[in-house]
Amino acid sequence: MTVSFMEGNEAIARAAVIAGCNFFAGYPITPATTIFNTMLKLLPPSGGICLQGEDEIASIGFCLGASMAGMKTMTATSGPGISLYSEQISFAIGSEIPIVIVDVQRLGPSTGSATLGADGDIQFLRWGNSGGLPVIVLSPTDITDCFILTIHAFNLAEKFRCPVFIASNKEIGMTRESIDIRNLPLPEIESRKAAPHTTGFQPFAVQSDTGVPDFLPIGSIIPIRQTSSTHGPDGYITNDPKAIEMNRTRLAGKLKNISTNHFFYETHPEKDATTLLITYGVTARSARQANREEKQSGRPFSLLILKTLWPVPQDLIQKHARGMKRVVVVEMNLGQYVREVERVLPGIPVQFLGQMNGCLITPTQIKEFLSHG
Amino acid sequence: MDSLLNQNRPPAFCPGCTHEKIVQMLDRTFQNMNLDGNQIAIISDIGCSGLFDTFFHTHAFHGLHGRALTYATGIKMARPELTVIATMGDGGLGIGGAHLLAACRRNLDITLLILNNFNFGMTGGQFSATTPPDAVVESGFLNKLENPIDICEVARSAGAEYVIRCSGYQTDLDKELEKAIRFPGFSVVDICGICTGRYVQKNRLTPKKIETLVSNHSAKKYNHTISSTPRKEYYSYYKELSKNQTPTENPITISPVFKPLQPIRQEIVILGSAGQRILSAGEILCLAGLTAGLNASQKNEYNITVLTGPSIAELILSPDQIDYTGIDTPSIILALASEGVERRKHLFKNTTQDTIIIHEKNVKIPSCNASAFSVDFKGKGIKPQDWALASLAVLAGMNKVICLTMLQKAIELRFKEPIRSKSIHLIQNMVF
Ligand code: SF4
Repeated sequence: MTVSFMEGNEAIARAAVIAGCNFFAGYPITPATTIFNTMLKLLPPSGGICLQGEDEIASIGFCLGASMAGMKTMTATSGPGISLYSEQISFAIGSEIPIVIVDVQRLGPSTGSATLGADGDIQFLRWGNSGGLPVIVLSPTDITDCFILTIHAFNLAEKFRCPVFIASNKEIGMTRESIDIRNLPLPEIESRKAAPHTTGFQPFAVQSDTGVPDFLPIGSIIPIRQTSSTHGPDGYITNDPKAIEMNRTRLAGKLKNISTNHFFYETHPEKDATTLLITYGVTARSARQANREEKQSGRPFSLLILKTLWPVPQDLIQKHARGMKRVVVVEMNLGQYVREVERVLPGIPVQFLGQMNGCLITPTQIKEFLSHG
Repeated sequence: MDSLLNQNRPPAFCPGCTHEKIVQMLDRTFQNMNLDGNQIAIISDIGCSGLFDTFFHTHAFHGLHGRALTYATGIKMARPELTVIATMGDGGLGIGGAHLLAACRRNLDITLLILNNFNFGMTGGQFSATTPPDAVVESGFLNKLENPIDICEVARSAGAEYVIRCSGYQTDLDKELEKAIRFPGFSVVDICGICTGRYVQKNRLTPKKIETLVSNHSAKKYNHTISSTPRKEYYSYYKELSKNQTPTENPITISPVFKPLQPIRQEIVILGSAGQRILSAGEILCLAGLTAGLNASQKNEYNITVLTGPSIAELILSPDQIDYTGIDTPSIILALASEGVERRKHLFKNTTQDTIIIHEKNVKIPSCNASAFSVDFKGKGIKPQDWALASLAVLAGMNKVICLTMLQKAIELRFKEPIRSKSIHLIQNMVF
């Protein structure tokens, strides 16, 4: 065993490079800045590009251009920056531009508290785009997750040609932890599927049943088109309701093809439990501790830690909730993901424990909530 | 060379719109330069000028309003061999002002064509950043209140080296476009034209007037007077400087060589103030723990104005996986400045007889149940910036969490000479 000691943010940056990221652009913002700092140390000496944009809109714009020119791109920010990214995110969704976006969440609303943690952007990441089409959001609980999920995030962005968010938190990004990098179970690196030939290539035509178009970069030997306008397979603006509908249905549906082994989660089932606790992010760590302690005290509960938040792993949640008397959702906001849990579990009582004051929810708070609930 | 015009998509502008002339001239420019469609990327903005990319058989990227230069920057950095041309109207110029300024300062080899027709054509003739105050537009009286921008002057003062104002009607526009494209850096061509659909419905503007406007203008003076010491082009300069960057070292890796002293979770807080190297001492303590196979976590707190106020490190060392990273009942407190003590005074209430507090003699601590050890760091001639490290030596001397060998090992891992020897010297002198 050999361990290193680093921040979650540094782990994300180092994993990005392993995943093949060769283009990063960002704008300084606490608590995400150290991702930019690390990328700046890693990329230029190895032939990659790391840029500091004039603002967040530019930073993600650089990434979208570079991604369509064939690079693997990432940007990182926090709440105020995610808000500015919003319309570029819509563009990336609608025009199928692979990009990994790290949101190291801080306490909002607005500029809020730069150095306090929160999980307040969870619904914003899903719905903060015009058009409301789906995205992928992964949520790390610790430094090891930061490392592994970042590689998965790149793979998913490449495979499905869509923005993939890493919903981190100041409490993970700026916390240093020991990590055994050499012994991590790293996934294989995937890249977007290149079109087999250039003849008849259409930038948004779908050849396979994955629902994802083959890719050729801007700069190929044939001219390649990209547009934020409503387009047909040829990448030209279209008014044809049929073509529009087909495209939108495909965009809404392609993430349904995420196979179950691309849903990330952790479970701690207890045999006699009647309560299922569902949580994610840094709060999962308090839940793990509470889970251990309650088991020792003879009041076991089952624990489901979601690391894929969007698309909602509906089957998984339903499977684990089956037979439970109640489901408790704990999150570092005033009630966001609990809405999804309630939606997919009709008929099962769902209780909520949340907090939005910059402090971690403690194992004791969880245990007290469970015993009074 | 053949025309790069898209035969299936002829320009679809209002009759008499200058944009159409510019499309033709740009095509002629490409032909004159012997460029193939796959060597060019046209990045178009929003508005009528946003249709430009569809009229050509080139690489094309059409995105959000005002952001054309952001995509162009990404594409050019990724594919420096491409001829990258951004087109935007006077609307894009206004909304994307920050990007335009940044592009001027950056000097990446992109050519920006501003299709300036003094109003928002597509949305119905509202005023833009270049509309004269006396023009009659769809924004009522609002344009009377604002001064139009002279984008050539602005671009120049932002550092753009190639700035020229042209008329969309001049017969040598293709030659001017070629010069701008060939310029090895960011070039701005402000092309004045007429919006027949909107602007001239209520305002008098003729090709003749545009010609006068262009020729009278001081921007003329910039034409081809590129400074004798041209700035370096961004991409080539980027690559030049990147080459000199030393590849980053891999993170320090530690193989455990010692046995943990106490096989339980230990929560340690170091309370100090800015400049006392509190965070770095925290890291050393964690690295020392790692040498004994412990898991470690560190959270830091300091003022955003980094040179004042408290500086606090919260550390956990444990043989088990560290889940919850909060510290409510610390086992060890190192109190080195009153600012830090003040910020965490609630922690002292939670202490027990098992809690160890090591504090500088002059740092007052709230009364509590813990066993407190006062150390006269100052009296020993140790500078305040070394108190944190020195307090780790005191802790190691008590064989709490770490021992001196572990501490020394951590220092060797973390510091290079001469800091390494100085630090080791310091901790050895602290032993009592
Ligand atoms: S509205 Fe104006 S700018 Fe647009 S096509 Fe018509 S004349 Fe040209």
